[in-house]
Amino acid sequence: MIPIQNSNDGFGAHEPILTADALTRLYGERVGCRDVSFSLWPGEVLGIVGESGSGKSTLLRCLAGQDHPTSGKITLNFDGAPLNLFDIPEPKRRQLMRTKWGIVHQNPRDGLRMDVSAGGNIGERLMDRGDRHYGRIRASALDWLSRVEIETTRVDDYPRQFSGGMQQRLQLARVLVPEPKLVFMDEPTGGLDVSVQARLLDLLRVLVRDLGIAAIIVTHDLAVARLLTDRLMVMKDGAVVEEGLTDQVLDDPHHAYTQLLTSAVLAA
Amino acid sequence: MSAHAIDADYNFGYLDEQTKRMIRRALLKAVAIPGYQVPFGSREMPLARGWGTGGIQITAALIGPDDKLKVIDQGADDTTNAVSIRRFFARVAGVETTEKTNEATLIQTRHRVPEYPLSKGQILVYQVPQPEPLRKIESSEVETRKMHAWSEYGAMHVRLYEDIARYGRVATSYSYPVLVNDRYVMSPTPIPKFDNPKMDHMPALQLFGAGREKRIYAVPPFTKVKSIDFDDYPFEVQKWDEPCALCGAQESYLDEVITNDRGGRIFVCSDSSYCEDRREAGHVGTQIDWAKDQAYLDPNADEAK
Amino acid sequence: MTALIKVKSLHKHFIMHNQGGIRLPVFSDVEFEVAAGEALILHGESGVGKTSLLRILYGNYKPSGGHVFVRHGNDYVDLATATPRAILNVRRKDIRYVSQFLRVIPRVTTLDIVKDPLLARGFDDNLANEKAATLLTRLNLAERLWHLAPATFSGGEQQRVNIARCFVDPASILLLDEPTASLDAKNRDVVIDLINEARENGAAIIGIFHDEYVRDRVATRRLDLTQFKKAA
Repeated sequence: MIPIQNSNDGFGAHEPILTADALTRLYGERVGCRDVSFSLWPGEVLGIVGESGSGKSTLLRCLAGQDHPTSGKITLNFDGAPLNLFDIPEPKRRQLMRTKWGIVHQNPRDGLRMDVSAGGNIGERLMDRGDRHYGRIRASALDWLSRVEIETTRVDDYPRQFSGGMQQRLQLARVLVPEPKLVFMDEPTGGLDVSVQARLLDLLRVLVRDLGIAAIIVTHDLAVARLLTDRLMVMKDGAVVEEGLTDQVLDDPHHAYTQLLTSAVLAA
Repeated sequence: MSAHAIDADYNFGYLDEQTKRMIRRALLKAVAIPGYQVPFGSREMPLARGWGTGGIQITAALIGPDDKLKVIDQGADDTTNAVSIRRFFARVAGVETTEKTNEATLIQTRHRVPEYPLSKGQILVYQVPQPEPLRKIESSEVETRKMHAWSEYGAMHVRLYEDIARYGRVATSYSYPVLVNDRYVMSPTPIPKFDNPKMDHMPALQLFGAGREKRIYAVPPFTKVKSIDFDDYPFEVQKWDEPCALCGAQESYLDEVITNDRGGRIFVCSDSSYCEDRREAGHVGTQIDWAKDQAYLDPNADEAK
Repeated sequence: MTALIKVKSLHKHFIMHNQGGIRLPVFSDVEFEVAAGEALILHGESGVGKTSLLRILYGNYKPSGGHVFVRHGNDYVDLATATPRAILNVRRKDIRYVSQFLRVIPRVTTLDIVKDPLLARGFDDNLANEKAATLLTRLNLAERLWHLAPATFSGGEQQRVNIARCFVDPASILLLDEPTASLDAKNRDVVIDLINEARENGAAIIGIFHDEYVRDRVATRRLDLTQFKKAA
């Protein structure tokens, strides 16, 4: 099968959008993640797979600027000016987190304001960056609701009135409305039932491709990885044990652990 | 009214001198950073929190023997709280008190700005229940301090958006947040939004004291104060269909007064001294006779002057 | 004629770590080149590594040794050592792979699957639609199927979708793994024509065909992989 590939990716780009150098996060003696290094180019989708406790969520939190690594460096490059993620002053980092990159949480309640309407949730990022025209903000919100396949009549409803799948799609709209260059996703389909997952995955696939977003997706589900990612990193006990092209890692696994993971997949 | 006999058992203005200095230092910081909330060591006052202790502390720190003090509560000089506070300062500072806005040097107010325009040299002291305009949106103090520090005010606009989405207009009619000096979002205290425009480029110094929350903030004279709005839903003040029933004023903030149990009501100026001044000058509203008849107004008051 | 793909000293084995670490050799010292206008047919008995070789040529399997030079622009990219990004780039521009199975993504219609490579290359939607429709018609796929996702199609129908996707925007190198296996005679002939047309337009074809009839009409060269297996 030929994977459907990015159409707007930055294969012409010269600089990676994110580079991790020997990233390590220790909790006392316990290893969160150890010595992780890689580069991500604009438009590339990187998957991080591994079982619970492999360190993938720890790694993601460090990459997204939510947790301080014990050692190592993360360099971001959005406009040709490289930035060291943890050297940037906090206000600038917070501002970048609202405009240049986004985080899709596993539980949509962590990524939404539950006491604000769907339209308000989506519009907030626009208002953060200074948009002051109600009509245009609302029009953007309606546009995004239809892009994530939520009926536009629900623009004034509250997230608690939505199903889990809809909440997740609302979170996606909220994250994508400022058109970030980089999106981090932690188990984006976790907790959703199979048919709902399929719909969300397909939506993710199309949006990531159409917007040319670079993304890092943490998942324990290899089918999700195969569908959404270009490259894969396999983690075990805090270390990356294998990495490469997604279909190559899944079809021709070299490391013992990867072989175990791929052989454990139940065929539907 | 003449100066009163000062009670010698208290330090002038009730507070000790060191406390006054502490408050004045906080006031200086506040004036230097318009709209920024300065923490201060709020003292125990002889009345409970929630009754104006912040405003009283500021007034106490500033008041001098030559000051003329006016105190209003919801625009009126003659409500219980205004009377009590005025009496308090009469007793601990011996100052002259007045009900005339243009004669006062120091005006302490609860939830209204006087109708009569203030002038350079006057000081308006507001009583503040909740100094943090973002509190309803963000309950964490750590987070709101960061939001102010880094001008992260998007969430404030979300509140307005929600109102427009739900009611077709911004429903907030008091405590309407303002942007001061193009930098800090500030709570103007629960004044009606009608009064917000008065704060913009006011010639007088505006000081704000929150005793319970222990914050002081300020708007120096002639500072830009803009009510937060959307480009296509600009800020609008309240309007009434009729003028004041007693003095005929058409541009003042009117209170609704229920006159009988059959749905009768009249609208009268909230600012009592403004209304009185207008009546003294000869302006008359449609219900003036009824008001004297009902003893709503002292029937002899105007003749006596 | 320039070689579009050059295989040198190619070696492949698998190590099954979870089965006692046994080493399964596939082949070694594989060496050949394919130029534009050539169709190389791989043959040998089952298990000799034909599909594995094809997968290596696509970057889907990693070689255990040796090189796979693929013509990319004016230069060659060695798939054995290229970064994932470079391999994806080569796949986008230079190589198409038709496998025996169609991996279906839910909710993507037949027409969308076939249009996709054209849209990726910047063709406008209407033109992409037209080209996709023409090809699907040529492959005798009924129009009523075009707006359905292929999950419920028969093996032969899915195979034709796979083929359409490859030939709607043929790249310079086409890797074909049993493309006619599930097809009836009529459609088999259509596919043979498509392959020959592509080859005549300068593509290099490497394919696996069990059917002697097809081999005879498509091959310009043959390569028996048995020789490389014995050496492994």
